[in-house]
Amino acid sequence: MTELAMKKKQRPKNLDLSTIRLPLPGKVSILHRISGVGLFLCLPLILALFQWSLTDGGFECVQAVVANPIGKLVLLGLIWAYLHHFCAGIRFLLLDWHIGIDLPSARKSAALVLIVSLTLTVIIGGTLLW
Amino acid sequence: MKRNVVGAHYGLTTWIAQRATAVLMAIYTVIFLVAVLVVQPGTADAWRGIFANGFMKFVTFLFFLSLFYHAWIGIRDLWMDYIKPTGVRLSLHVLTIAVLIGYAGWASKILWSL
Repeated sequence: MTELAMKKKQRPKNLDLSTIRLPLPGKVSILHRISGVGLFLCLPLILALFQWSLTDGGFECVQAVVANPIGKLVLLGLIWAYLHHFCAGIRFLLLDWHIGIDLPSARKSAALVLIVSLTLTVIIGGTLLW
Repeated sequence: MKRNVVGAHYGLTTWIAQRATAVLMAIYTVIFLVAVLVVQPGTADAWRGIFANGFMKFVTFLFFLSLFYHAWIGIRDLWMDYIKPTGVRLSLHVLTIAVLIGYAGWASKILWSL
């Protein structure tokens, strides 16, 4: 083994998730994954609600789900997951194009994703659910 | 440094597909929100009317197909990141594909029942 490889092996490593402090872009990234998995797992629920809303008498039932506080909370969560995934996705597309890849810009855009997706959740969720 | 790109480029194709489907879904999201704002669907008939429209039916189905393809790539990445035993990973891949193809059939049934 070369000296360089030896040195590399001895470098301190911390892979303990409970002590790692993720920077803001890291948080946006993991939330992108979590929101994606959440949306994937909820696909049957989303399809069922969509189907229901389009069948005879089903529209009123879905309206009742929307009026229910728990239903409202679940749908608001799904809307946030969609919008966070949407906004973080656009950020990743821009990074793919090498736009905003320096650290200060990347931190700023990560904060922007969190703020914009929450604001849109309030606006769109408020319009659709209330 | 000159790099020789070798292989069948499946990875690159998938990478592009993930982004292309994302862009299609983003455009659809705007179309959908505009449709809802214009129609203001307060009744079952108005809501159904949105998707009974030929153009909306087509783009909604395209949205669903993009969604399922996009979900396949994302969930595949998830299994590749976290599931190391080949047999388990392969089974999860097959299960994911099966579920998503089922959803695609379901989505087409919903839209063409209108």
